[in-house]
Amino acid sequence: MDELEDISRRVLVIIPTILGAVTLAFLIIHAAPGDPIRTLTGDYDAPPEVVERLRQQFGLDKPLYVQYITYIGSVLSGDFGTSLRTGREVLAEIVRVFPHTLFLALGAVVIAILIGVPLGMISAVRNNTTIDHLSRILALLGISMPSFWLALLLLLFLSVYADWFPLVGAGELDSPASVLHHLFLPALALAARDAAAISRLTRSGVLEILRQDYIVTARAKGLAEKVVIYKHALRNALIPIVTVISLDLGYTLGGTVVIEAVFSRPGLGSLIIQSIYARDYPQLQGAIMFFAFCFLLVNLTTDLVYKVIDPRIDYKRAL
Amino acid sequence: MLRQITENRAMLVGCILIVFFMVTAIFSAWLSPFDPFAQNIRLRLKPPGGPFWLGTDGYGRDILSRIIWGARISLTVGVVAVSIGATLGVLVGLVSGFFGGAIDNFLMRIVDILLVLPTVLLALVIVAMLGPGVFNLMVAVGISNAPRFARVIRAEVLAVKKMVFVDAASALGASYSRLMSRHILPNTLASILVLSTLRVAQAITTEASLSFLGLGVAPPTPTWGSMISDGRVYLRTSPWVAIVPGVMIMLIVMAFNLFGDGLRDLLDPKLRGSKAKK
Repeated sequence: MDELEDISRRVLVIIPTILGAVTLAFLIIHAAPGDPIRTLTGDYDAPPEVVERLRQQFGLDKPLYVQYITYIGSVLSGDFGTSLRTGREVLAEIVRVFPHTLFLALGAVVIAILIGVPLGMISAVRNNTTIDHLSRILALLGISMPSFWLALLLLLFLSVYADWFPLVGAGELDSPASVLHHLFLPALALAARDAAAISRLTRSGVLEILRQDYIVTARAKGLAEKVVIYKHALRNALIPIVTVISLDLGYTLGGTVVIEAVFSRPGLGSLIIQSIYARDYPQLQGAIMFFAFCFLLVNLTTDLVYKVIDPRIDYKRAL
Repeated sequence: MLRQITENRAMLVGCILIVFFMVTAIFSAWLSPFDPFAQNIRLRLKPPGGPFWLGTDGYGRDILSRIIWGARISLTVGVVAVSIGATLGVLVGLVSGFFGGAIDNFLMRIVDILLVLPTVLLALVIVAMLGPGVFNLMVAVGISNAPRFARVIRAEVLAVKKMVFVDAASALGASYSRLMSRHILPNTLASILVLSTLRVAQAITTEASLSFLGLGVAPPTPTWGSMISDGRVYLRTSPWVAIVPGVMIMLIVMAFNLFGDGLRDLLDPKLRGSKAKK
């Protein structure tokens, strides 16, 4: 019962934070110079009455606080408005492109774990050998390289020169093979930094744990080295790794904005950039809010995953 | 301190690279072999070698000269943005941790809200709304860095304010502002310094990302991010246009990371080994 209470309390904390994020996005966007209606009409010198009618149609003629209350009211009733640019429903547009961003972020996390954890483990087990030095240099490069530049290098070598992967796009959603084929390079570019962070943390975590008494005991009672490392050391090194993955998932979500631009992929990031250029307020607000929601959901999930990995964690104390 | 820096080889490398880039940025006008803005269509896309050590770009401009001038923007934006972020964040963290209660609760909820958006995204939205330009870029990257400083400094203040010397100063009649500025703040300086160094690396990447997306400094001012963006078009035929500035970003980010990690080991032995923490 207590656990349920803990979880529901954590879920409830999300609501004011999201409302705060919406307010912040609203204020930043509306305080900015520039007129969305003028952007909408473009070079065409629209007659003042047309501009005025459009302004009324989108509710932009009302004072800011009225616009804010109206917006919050409609958001609470599930209506995120319509895009100024496409005329489509904001939420429908987000739902349409979101799978691409989700695949990209998840793909990056999976690749980062697959590269980072083994690299860190090898580094720790072979401490101070050439392999250790190499993997640490690799980690340093991974942390320092801008993802969009790595993306261009991958494109150059693996798409342009080798022709193994497609140059742009996200593939057809109904064909998993095509999606994966289009996903690999962007996900790899996005994963490099996380992989580096995870490998550093795995290394230092495992190194520290290998010095603990219970590892000595495990070895002393004749357990195979594999069992000692995988069952005893890695599991305990996992907790900080989960933290980094969760902290980085937020970063990874942010990183999708740039990576989607490099690969001309549809997604939440591309949607945000298009909305910024078009001053498409409702779409931008909706996308930012959705981003915030995903981020909070990731944090909540991490907290729950912690509990599975380490039953000693007590939420009551954490709150 | 100087000896400790020279003993830590990684930190020394970082330090040397930072000094190198700073000197380059300060003396860019003297160091650049050509005018970074001078276009010459006949000399476009020359590969590295000859008079153009790093080649020329799509407008026939010397890449080395543009790299040297670009160091100015990258370093200035990185350092000034982090200064803005640190000032705001430290102020909020100090007040929040010192007073606690409702003030703390209120300020930390705002910080939570700002942390919900990834740094790049927050900076992107702010700069998009402020409009392009070096100053706006610094403000945007600065604001998006502030919440992290606020969090760290608040935690430090919570620890420091329980110490006996703070009680002693308070008993002697020191005012709140004196307690904060003279007794608590100096004891958080090590953390501020370490975090700032590491965040400069992050800020430089953020600036490059925004410039790459075309939301940074307006052309023709050279920035490393926009140079990579320009080079995208010629990736197939003249890859050096995009590769060279990327190497520079990587080097400078690596330098600040190495120096920051070393600084952390030096100033706070407790944190040794937790290098991957951000």
